Amino acid sequence: MHGLVNATLQCFVADTYGAKTWGAVLRRADLSGTEFEAMLVYDDAVTARLVAGIAAELARPADTVLEDVGHYLVSHARRAGLRRLLRFSGRDFRDFLHALDELPDRVRLAVPDLDLPRIELRALSPEGALIACRNDLPGASHVLLGLLRAMADDYGALAYLDLARGEGGTDVISVRVASEAFSEGRAFSLAAEGARR
Amino acid sequence: MSPGEDLLSALRPMFVSVDAAGRIAALGPTLEKVLGRVAGRPFFEVLEVVRPRDVQDATGLCASAGRRLHITARAAPETGLVGLAVPDGAGGVVLDLGFGIGVAEAVRRHGLTGSDFSPTDLTMEILFLIEAQRAAMTASRRLNNRLHAARQTAEAEAATDMLTGLANRRAADLALAALGEGDAAFGLVHLDLDRFKQVNDRFGHHAGDMVLKDVALALKGAIRPEDLAARNGGDEFLMIFPGLSDLARLEGLCARLIARIERPHAHGAARFAISASAGIAVWPGGPGSDPGALLARADAALYAAKRAGRGRAASAPAPTGASGAESGKSGRKFLPEGLDPPGRKP
Repeated sequence: MHGLVNATLQCFVADTYGAKTWGAVLRRADLSGTEFEAMLVYDDAVTARLVAGIAAELARPADTVLEDVGHYLVSHARRAGLRRLLRFSGRDFRDFLHALDELPDRVRLAVPDLDLPRIELRALSPEGALIACRNDLPGASHVLLGLLRAMADDYGALAYLDLARGEGGTDVISVRVASEAFSEGRAFSLAAEGARR
Repeated sequence: MSPGEDLLSALRPMFVSVDAAGRIAALGPTLEKVLGRVAGRPFFEVLEVVRPRDVQDATGLCASAGRRLHITARAAPETGLVGLAVPDGAGGVVLDLGFGIGVAEAVRRHGLTGSDFSPTDLTMEILFLIEAQRAAMTASRRLNNRLHAARQTAEAEAATDMLTGLANRRAADLALAALGEGDAAFGLVHLDLDRFKQVNDRFGHHAGDMVLKDVALALKGAIRPEDLAARNGGDEFLMIFPGLSDLARLEGLCARLIARIERPHAHGAARFAISASAGIAVWPGGPGSDPGALLARADAALYAAKRAGRGRAASAPAPTGASGAESGKSGRKFLPEGLDPPGRKP
């Protein structure tokens, strides 16, 4: 598993619940003392143990924890770089949604060895979309669900999202965009903040 | 705008058309954001063709068809543009402009947004890549810094005694091995605290640790910068003196050091005194030095000092056979007994 995934779980728990909680998760997962590096590769089993450890430590189902991870990736101040990269996908939420199947390729442009599950757009309409997500990484569809909910907020769109368990490890997320400009959304300038002189 | 120019505006939002008189007839909305409302003004008043230099009028523009033009806006000379001119068949030209390699800076400077670029334009992808690459470089640099710091720490810890901050046994062995490879003279002092165990037993390990740290300070204060003081473990210390084989000097140093260690120690309310014994051995220089054998001689001298009543230093006789060896200094206080001559071939 790409270290970015484990490092993301580490940042999510540490930023949201504190370093102590992360320490407890590592103990549960029998990984005490491990610092995950985003640029190294780890055994797949480690990720599964981490997710189970987080769910147990927070006493919440793994699915809802993973949805929170998706939300965290977009909305937390420390992940602002990723949120910016996502915003490059579309001018508004519908645009973003309709370019979602490009996301794994976009991610590969940024991180060549990170293989994300295939995302397939079905039943595209101005009102929304059905998004099929293969769970090659267990729970990936729940991360995507959280990420989409946060992106809708980021664009200021009002959208209703739902996840249905599909067959053969493919879940389907339905998105209904009720209003494209429901709120202000967050500002996005093409120019990177860090690049300002 | 003519229907043709509307079409161009939609397809190429950075186009500019120039009529036969050299005036700007129309321009795309994105280019207008950069240049301002410049329609109707002479093209060469607004823009300058930097390369090729010979393109200085409408005729020149027509003749440049098919070549890459480097252009700057006179109002914003820091924004570089690249362009392609295509004759419109009526004496004028249509130019398509782009930002080229400076696109990120231009986007920032002119406050451009995603809707300023055609969806087929790769500008958004370029900006995406620039940010992704910057993020990856930052992550990579952080990882390298962490690994570098971890490596430095590991190297230092591998050579340091954690309690006292002195070198450890491993570092001392490495230093001795290095000396064994050369012909230089050197001296060794093996120092052992006297009745240290009683401090531990009576006053506790904290008191013992404090004594060890005190002794470490005394050792550091007694040696030259090029010397090495190591804690071998327990209450045993080793000092290595490269280039120093003068027994009298080492004996003087040991006497001062032992006197310093014998000063009363305080731990909480407890007051107590300890002492130390030392064994000295030197290699006078020349080929054939054997640090292992010399260490054994320093050990033997140390035990001789202990036998002679502790709280003192004893010197091993200089090894025989080595070039420049001068032993038999009679001024030594305690000549260890029963020390075998080294019996080594030079």
